[in-house]
Amino acid sequence: MADSPSNRGIIRTVDVCRHYQMGDSVIRAVDGISFEIGPGEFVALLGSSGSGKSSLLNLIAGLDRPTSGEVLVNGSKLAEMTGEELAHFRRYSIGIVFQAFNLIPTMTVMENVELPLRLAGTGRESRGAVVRKALDQVGLSRRLDHRPGELSGGEQQRVALARALVNSPQILLADEPTGNLDSRTGLEIMELIHDCNQRLGMTVLLVTHERALAGRYAARALFLSDGKLAPEDGDPATPAPPESPAGGAL
Amino acid sequence: MKVRDLVELAGRNLRESALRNALTTLGIGVGVASLVAMLALGAGLQAMATRRLEKSGLFDTVIVSSRRSERGPGRSETDENSASSPLLDEKARLAIERIPGVTEAAPEVDFGTEVRFDGKPYPSAVAGLPMSSRDREAFEGMQGAFFSSGSAQEAILRQEFAEDLLGLKHRPAESSKSTGEATAAVRPLIGKNLTLRYAERVSGAQGAEPATDAGAFSVVPRTATLRIVGIIDESPEGMRGPSGASVFIPLTFAESLHVLLPSDLREGETTLATPAYRTVSVRVKNPANTQAVEDAVKKMGFNAFSALDAAHSLQRFFAVLNLFLGIFGSLALAVASLGIVNTLVMAILERRREIGILKALGATDADVKKLFFAEAGAMGVLGGVLGVAMGWALGRAINGGTNVYLHTQNLPSESIWLVPWWLVAGAIGFAVVVSMVSGLYPAARAAKLDPVKALRYE
Repeated sequence: MADSPSNRGIIRTVDVCRHYQMGDSVIRAVDGISFEIGPGEFVALLGSSGSGKSSLLNLIAGLDRPTSGEVLVNGSKLAEMTGEELAHFRRYSIGIVFQAFNLIPTMTVMENVELPLRLAGTGRESRGAVVRKALDQVGLSRRLDHRPGELSGGEQQRVALARALVNSPQILLADEPTGNLDSRTGLEIMELIHDCNQRLGMTVLLVTHERALAGRYAARALFLSDGKLAPEDGDPATPAPPESPAGGAL
Repeated sequence: MKVRDLVELAGRNLRESALRNALTTLGIGVGVASLVAMLALGAGLQAMATRRLEKSGLFDTVIVSSRRSERGPGRSETDENSASSPLLDEKARLAIERIPGVTEAAPEVDFGTEVRFDGKPYPSAVAGLPMSSRDREAFEGMQGAFFSSGSAQEAILRQEFAEDLLGLKHRPAESSKSTGEATAAVRPLIGKNLTLRYAERVSGAQGAEPATDAGAFSVVPRTATLRIVGIIDESPEGMRGPSGASVFIPLTFAESLHVLLPSDLREGETTLATPAYRTVSVRVKNPANTQAVEDAVKKMGFNAFSALDAAHSLQRFFAVLNLFLGIFGSLALAVASLGIVNTLVMAILERRREIGILKALGATDADVKKLFFAEAGAMGVLGGVLGVAMGWALGRAINGGTNVYLHTQNLPSESIWLVPWWLVAGAIGFAVVVSMVSGLYPAARAAKLDPVKALRYE
């Protein structure tokens, strides 16, 4: 099941498809996409709304299974993993940051960040220090007992980032992390994500529709349109293909 | 996920919807209380019946008689079986007393005689009672006291006989008012004396040679003064002889009187040195051993009889009663279990996004399932404890009310409500099991949620 990751990317998709049946019609959210991301790379997945970016991210995160094709992470085929193995993969190999933060509103900052450690069965005595370190990284170590509702959007996203980092994953998947933030706060979050890539050597896959953001932080961009990969993937600073609605922004 | 973390998360989730979960838990509590109430009533009634029957001496007593004394149509006095049967004498009584499980083997000493009180004669039946009879039901709430010792020259009278001594008319009916009045009317008898006239059997017939006729005896009229120490309303004799005695005296004292008994007149049956008993009443430590003791006595060559079959029927009756009470009590718990299903299904709808987050962070389907199970189980434990407490309080209240009523009827207090430890543990355990079974469907539904769809849920 596992390819050797040494000469392969840490994330690799091979002709991956995700189709949904909606009544009589078939929605091709992801339609035969193949690409590879190397270890420690910062890659942006660009595309307009409905282009299939988030669907592709869900497949890479192991939250969804492809209709056909393969998704390999660290050489392991996610489609062949059991539900239990996929949960283990999400727990230890990846960290996810969502546009909507997805913090549990009834839990404090401390409890939210602690949650992946609880799921991993980490001992209670070591959890406190790990959580504080993660919150320190995002500059929120003084808001431990606050609930998400008492924090600003930027602060909530910092908590979500700390939660994604707390189990020290190799890969950080960020799905429109600045989508709900003003531009200044969005840049602060992007700086933190960039720092994870530069300082911690984490592989980052950033889903965004903002070309400027991708151009500023990502080393490479993949352009997605109607579930397919546009051929011009490469330097995010290069102009987008004219048929791509996302192209005009860059 | 570790168990402690699971319990913590479940507790936190329950606190978040405190009112709804408290109402669901209260529903379980009411269900458990109804179950406890029904079964406690059954257990209480069974315990009361058992207690009463044990005190009546019906189920822990084996009546032993000699086969020699069997006389009747179709049975000749020279019947070989009867003739070879051992004599029911003191030696046999001691042997019976040594049978494992036997606490006492008391001979029956009763005789008809004349009692004089205030110069007037009263024909009456007198019976000896062992000191162990003190815990019999008949002595509960008696007027006066039980015998001070086995050899004391004391007497306990039946209520009707006491009324006769005072020349009172018998009560026409069992009304509580007349009972109370009559009870008070005979009280002055306590402490007074009465004279017992009886025929004593004395060794050696006048003019006969003791060496040639060891069984010969003479009869001498005697009197004994007895102090009245108590008055009882019902017979304490249980299964013991059909004497229907009205005057009771201590057994050891009764034996020391050497009263001439009808069996003494049967030739060759007894001598003064080895008096034979008509019957011996054997008390068994545990009613469960009655059958074994009865069999052992029969093996010794005596007749034995107990009311064990009646006890078995009673056990069957209470088993069926408890089953029905349990089923009725469980109905409320069954309704409460629907409340759990409803609460947890609502929780899934409300926490759909939270379940999606948990799965995105690495929770397995089993983790999600266990979390909902833990919440259902916690409601079951809390509801079970609450229900047992409510059931217990309800039982205390009903017990109190019953005793107030019994008191107005001049009847002794009774405990018709019993919450044994097995009922406490069983009710809580049952509540947890019912809750967890109720949580099966919601937990499975939560575990199957698609994380992508759950994360999109607003």
